[in-house]
Parts: sequence; C-alpha cells; structure tokens
Amino acid sequence: MSGGQLPRWVDYGLIPFLNLAAAFLVSGLVVILIGENPIDAVKVLIWGSLGYTEGFGYTLFYATNFIFTGLAVAVAFHAGLFNIGGEGQAYLGGLGVAIACLALDHYVPWYVTLPFAILGSALMGAAWAFIPAWLQATRGSHVVITTIMFNFIAASLMVYLLNGFLKKPGSMQNETRTFEDGGRLPFLNDIFPSFGFGFAPVNLALFVALAACVLVWLLIWRTKLGFEIRSFGANATAAVYAGISPVRITVVTMLISGGLAGMMAINEIMGSQHRLLIDFVTGYGFVGIAVALMGRAHPVGILLASILFGMLYQGGAELSFEMPNLTRDMIIVIQGLVILFAGALEHMFRPAIAQFFMPARPKTAQEA
Amino acid sequence: MSETPAIELRKINKSFGAVHANKDIDLVVKKGSIHGIIGENGAGKSTLMSILYGFYQADTGDILVNGNKVTISDSKAAIGMGIGMVHQHFMLVDNFTVLENVVLGAEDSALLAGGLNRARSELHRLETEYELRVDPEAITGELPVGLQQRVEILKALYRSAEVLILDEPTGVLTPAEADHLFKILEVLKNEGKTILLITHKLREIMAATDMVSVMRRGEMVATRETKNTSMEELAELMVGRSVLLRVDKKPAEPKAPVLEVENLTVTDSRGVEVVKDVSFKVHEGEIVGIAGVSGNGQSELLETLSGIRRATRGTLKINGETIDLANRAPDAADMRAKSMGHVPEDRHRMGLINSFAEYENSILGYHRDPAYSKGLLLDLPAIKKNAVDEIEKYDIRPPNPMLKTANFSGGNQQKVVLAREIERDPNILLVGQPTRGVDIGAIEFIHKRLIELRDAGKGILLVSVELDEIRGLSDRVLVMFDGKVVGERGADAEESDLGLLMAGIEDNKIAVEGDVQ
Repeated sequence: MSGGQLPRWVDYGLIPFLNLAAAFLVSGLVVILIGENPIDAVKVLIWGSLGYTEGFGYTLFYATNFIFTGLAVAVAFHAGLFNIGGEGQAYLGGLGVAIACLALDHYVPWYVTLPFAILGSALMGAAWAFIPAWLQATRGSHVVITTIMFNFIAASLMVYLLNGFLKKPGSMQNETRTFEDGGRLPFLNDIFPSFGFGFAPVNLALFVALAACVLVWLLIWRTKLGFEIRSFGANATAAVYAGISPVRITVVTMLISGGLAGMMAINEIMGSQHRLLIDFVTGYGFVGIAVALMGRAHPVGILLASILFGMLYQGGAELSFEMPNLTRDMIIVIQGLVILFAGALEHMFRPAIAQFFMPARPKTAQEA
Repeated sequence: MSETPAIELRKINKSFGAVHANKDIDLVVKKGSIHGIIGENGAGKSTLMSILYGFYQADTGDILVNGNKVTISDSKAAIGMGIGMVHQHFMLVDNFTVLENVVLGAEDSALLAGGLNRARSELHRLETEYELRVDPEAITGELPVGLQQRVEILKALYRSAEVLILDEPTGVLTPAEADHLFKILEVLKNEGKTILLITHKLREIMAATDMVSVMRRGEMVATRETKNTSMEELAELMVGRSVLLRVDKKPAEPKAPVLEVENLTVTDSRGVEVVKDVSFKVHEGEIVGIAGVSGNGQSELLETLSGIRRATRGTLKINGETIDLANRAPDAADMRAKSMGHVPEDRHRMGLINSFAEYENSILGYHRDPAYSKGLLLDLPAIKKNAVDEIEKYDIRPPNPMLKTANFSGGNQQKVVLAREIERDPNILLVGQPTRGVDIGAIEFIHKRLIELRDAGKGILLVSVELDEIRGLSDRVLVMFDGKVVGERGADAEESDLGLLMAGIEDNKIAVEGDVQ
C-alpha cells in the first residue's frame, strides 16, 4: 500500500465499488443458476433493507453490531495486528453488560446503567484480548492463532457460566433473567415514534457506535498513541528506533480492540435481547473482519461497510422470505462473496486501476 | 573497431507518466570490454539496465545484441540472449548450497540429480577458467558477501551469459574484496566476456573500466575512454556543475567529552559477540569516525548507543551521567531525552516510515515532545509548521509535507531524517551511513551540515563504510574489525593504512583495545 498515492476518491470510492460490483455480478450468476431473476432479487434486497422504515431499522440494528466489531479489527490492524478474536471478545463483553444490568436495573434508570454497561463490556472484551496480546508481545505467540483459540474458550466458558451460575433458577434455558427497564436501552421507535421503526430493535446503542467511530478516528489520526500505533503497524523497526515499546503498543492496542469488540454486546444484550443468552454473537465478530477490510480500516469506511452488511443481513432475510428458492444459505453465499471480493480479493483490481490513474510512478523510482 | 558491438542501444526512450526516465539514450558497448555507466541516483541508470534486462519495455528505440535487433520481453529472454545480471541485492536462497543456487531456475528436468551433477562439473570448469573459486557444497547464507556475489556471477555464467551487468556491485564489499572483484572482471574480459558496470563511485570507474558513459537526468551526457578522462571531469558531467569532492573544514577544537563508552560488549540474537569490549570518547566539537567493512559490529554499536539494542556489558557516560547499558531495557526515547540524536544507517528500514507523510516522519521519535503535542493529542499545526520550516531550511524536494516519504528521492529522504535529528539540537549525534544512496549534490549539503554541527560544539559519532567520507569528515578515526576497535588514526590517515586495519591486519603501532581514547 506504500506504493503510491491514488486519488482518495479512487482509493475509498471506486475500488470498493468495483469490488462490490464484482461480488454482486457473481451473486447474480448464482441466482440465475438457481432459477430466479437476479434483478428481482436485488429489488427485494434493497426494498427489504432500505425501502420501509422498519426494515431500515433492522438494517441499522445489524449495522450497529458491525460498527463495533469492524472498529475493533481496524484498530488492531493499524498496529499490524490481526485480531480475529472479536467473536470471543464480544461474547465476554456480553458478560460485562449483563453484570452491570443485573446489578443495577432494579435501582437506577437506564442512563445510569449505560456507562457501567459500556465500562463492563469494554473491560471484559479487553480482558479477553489481554492474554493473546501479552503472549504475542512477550513470547511471540501469533495473535491470529491465540485469538481464534480464545473464541472457542470464550464459547465454552460462557456456556459454563450461564448454565452453572447465571441462568435464572428453575429455568431450562441457558440465559439470565430478563432485565428490568433500568437495564434496557430505549428503542429508537420509543424515542421517535413518528418515524415508524415498528418492531425493529434498533436502539440507542447506535449512537454509542457512532460516538465510537468519532473516538477511534481521533485516536488513530489525532493522538500520540494513535501515531505510535500506526508507526508500529507500518514499520515496527522504525517504531523501536523512535522509542516506541513494541510490548506496550501491542498490549494497549489489543486492549482497545478487545474493548471495542466487547461493546458490541451493548447493542445486542442491553439494547435488544435484554438478557444474556447463549451464542448471541453469531458471527458478528468474524464479519467485523470483512467490514474493517472493506472500510479500509477507516471509521467512515467502516460505517458505510457496516450499513452495507446490515443491508445484506436484513435484505437477505426478506429475500429468503420472498423467494423461497433463495434460502438463508444462499444469502450467506452472497455475503461470503462480498467478503471474498471486498476483503480477500481487495487488491484484485488495484494494480490495473493504479496503472490507469497513476502511470507516473516507476516501480523503482529511487535506486537504492 | 569494425567489430559488431555486443550491445547497442539506439534512441531508447522510457517515460513513467510525466517522468522521462530515459531520453534518447544511445549506447554502444564493445565486445570484450568493461563499460562503466555512472550517474547520480535517479539519473536513469537502473531504468536503462532494466530495459536491457527485460524488466521494462522501452517506449521507443531499438536494442541490438550482436548487431541483431531484438525485443527483450522479460529476463528469461535476456538470459536467452546471453545477458546476465548481478543484482545489487543478491537473488540467492540463503539456506541452499552454492550448487543449488546456481542451478535454481535452470534445473532442466523434474529430478534434481542430473542437473546438479552437470552443474557441478560445469562449476568446476568455470572455476578453473575464471578463477572463481567457491565451494559448491557450502551453504550460501554462511558465505561472506564477497563470495555470495561470486555465486551470483557464477549463476550468470552458468546460464552462458556473454554480457554481464553488475549493478552497484561494490556497495557491500571491503576494499580488498572490491579489488578482487575487479580482478575477476578483468579475467572475464580477457576471456571475451563483456561487462557493464553500473556505479556511482568514480574511483571504481577509474580503476576498472575501459569506457565510461555518464548519465544525468535521464540523458546520456557523455561517453569517454576511461584513460582519457578524470574523476573531476566525470563528477562535473554527472552533476552538471563542478563539485567539491573534498570536504571543506577547519581543524577541530575538541573540548570536554560528551559521550564516553566503556567496555561495551554486545551479543546478537544468535549469541555471537558482535561488539567486543569497545571503549572510546567523543568530545564536544569533534567528529569521530568509525571506519570498517560493514558487518563488523558498527551497526550494533550504533543501535546499542541509541537505545535500540541491549548490551551484555558496558557503560555509557553522557552529559556526566553514567548509564549501565547492560542492566536496563533499551529505551530509544530516553536516549533522545538525554539529547542524543540518531541518524540510522538504513533510512528505509529504520529512519523513516515510508507510508507516512513527510510531516509525520518529521516528528518520528519526537512525537511526545511538548512542542508537538497538546495533552493526548498531536499538535498538527505545530508539526506541519515545523515540517515546512525544515523543508525550507534543508531544501527538501518536492516541498510538500503531505507527500509520503516513499515518493521522495534517496537524498531528500535522508535530508528529512537529518533535519529531524539535527534541528532538535542534540548534544550528541550518532550518524550511520549519512550519504548511502544519496546523490552528489545532497552529499555536499549533508557533509556541510555535519561540519556546522561540529563547529557549533556538538559531538558527532560517524559510522560509514565509505572511506572517503570517513577521511573527509572525521577528526579522529577508529577502525572496527570483528567487533573490536583495532586502531585509531588522526584526521590525516592514509587510505592504505586504514584499509589494512579494516582488513584486520594487526596494528603494531598502537596498542589495541581499551586504551584507544
């Protein structure tokens, strides 16, 4: 990526658009193979996710989850770390939210609980990222391996906790009791009834997510810590030369990353489910990787990518309803294609586009 | 004279967008000659050779090999026409044997044994014919660089190269190894091979070539018979104006010591002692040069003093404060706080973050300085103003602080690093290879700045593999060999004298180790 400077609109606009177009083109072929009309499918998908307010509400709800997990991956990415443990960190974040809500919901209104829930989710998510971070920083155990292993540990741990300690007495369900109003974030439909969000679970956590976008932007591009994170990610040797401690930056960055992933639980647990339950993360942590890649690790890009993936989730649900031939699995195939083209094949069109826009730079402009 | 030339280039043009890297280049290389191509960085030498070796296609113009017009579409085609290249950065697999490296890419069949046996006998033949002795069973990565380079040459010859292109071949060699290389080239020439030698070192051109062509800003400005030209003329042709090859300076007036290193020993990650019990002092107002062939502990010395690497033993006295280098975690930030600047040897790997904008690089290591921050935040207006000031003062081009440093030329990148370190007004400046890959114009500028800093009463420790630079700048010269300081000389040291020390020939005139202050 250090090769040259493409115009920003190409880098952040045209290339993601082309990747997306390619993903939809291939998806269209798949839809044709199944025997449905791809144009109709797109219409249903867009209408279902943006066409009416309640659908849009769902889109925003899903997007909120993706913003948190996407930001989490992006922050680590700036330090050259690949945190793919968002899944487990978010799961543990749920524990933090639940503890805050269960402890406070009888006594105080939601706006008093919220800061504690944010703190709890961030702390638990960060704590879950700490061990992989520490092992990477001091022992060189690769964070990709350890974080993914910690996803499994988190899953087992949460089942153990829910089953053994947290579930309400006498219940067969692996879930806590339902929070009182003091542990529930207001739905947007309750705040803005005239918008008609209906049953869509989009809630105040959306604004927490937007605030997180702004704060992450500030952190990465405006603070000393962000400068150190980016320095370390771009050139670790130069970072050490500059007096930046690799151990400290690795740990601190992973803590922030884990904390952001953990905060996803605010939307899901305090905002929508109002109880801690098993497997509530259901892949948001992993999709966050695609969101971060597609959003080029920039909060604005992540916001847009989150909305796109929210659309795919919500529009996809509508699609499987309207076109029974396109099952949930097909929707996942389409999502997979978007991830493939926007994430893994992010560089596929880049060389050709770079040649088109900036033939000015020879590969060896500076002879060593 | 009427013989067809080995290589002939006619009106070669190559543009990269707005940059006209090669303009109407004509070049005739006689068979069986050593032809030098000299020019500053960015003059277009590498582009031209890349065209000849098939990395790039020329926009217009013809290439003639042995009088026949050819199209060289890739390096494979070049090899097929008997053109071989020895790259500046070796293209060798370190953990392969010499033999395996030679065969790599020319195995002939799916099974290795046959090719290896053929190669072994062929290597033996080349060895005797060209005096290119290398043990074919040695592990390449364990060989000294001089021998690794020989493997590169053997690789080209094994592919029956008639024309050999050497790109900056002496950058990593000792003077003795370089001399040996030139002897090998002489033998190759006498055996009828044609050699193209790309370099920016005038001395090598004079020593080794028959003909020399000078490039400047994408143009071939002159071709001379080497025996009919001089270093001064070539330098002038390269730069387009007359240059000072010597550094102009007054004698030093050293005062109190600012940096005292005592019994420093450094062990690398493999457990090998790379710096062995080194002691020396640097005084205010003097430049102490550390001469030596690269890889004799100078890099580790610099890295340890600047707080990047941990020492096994040894202390550092700086501004009167004694620091035990062995019993504390290396901390580059702390050394900066103690007024020590550091221009690292490798600006790409260490001195700069090339994907960052120039203004961001201009505070690398100083980003915690209150002058550039407000609380947790960076003070971007102050940082950019500082960057603009430095750009102006150091004539950094293009004068755009928002541009990534990857897009600056080597000389300008180095000026970014130098400006950053010097403008913080350090009492001590550690400088590694200040002019590596830097064009002549910028070298002059950089040397002047270092002398100015010295005259302002600062202490400078200079590490360079360029003997001319060491001799030109230093007030005292320490020579490192195999991790030890093997001798000290004054500003007027003879090159041959230093050369012997660098080669590890024991010095009888001055006691070694310990008392070389």
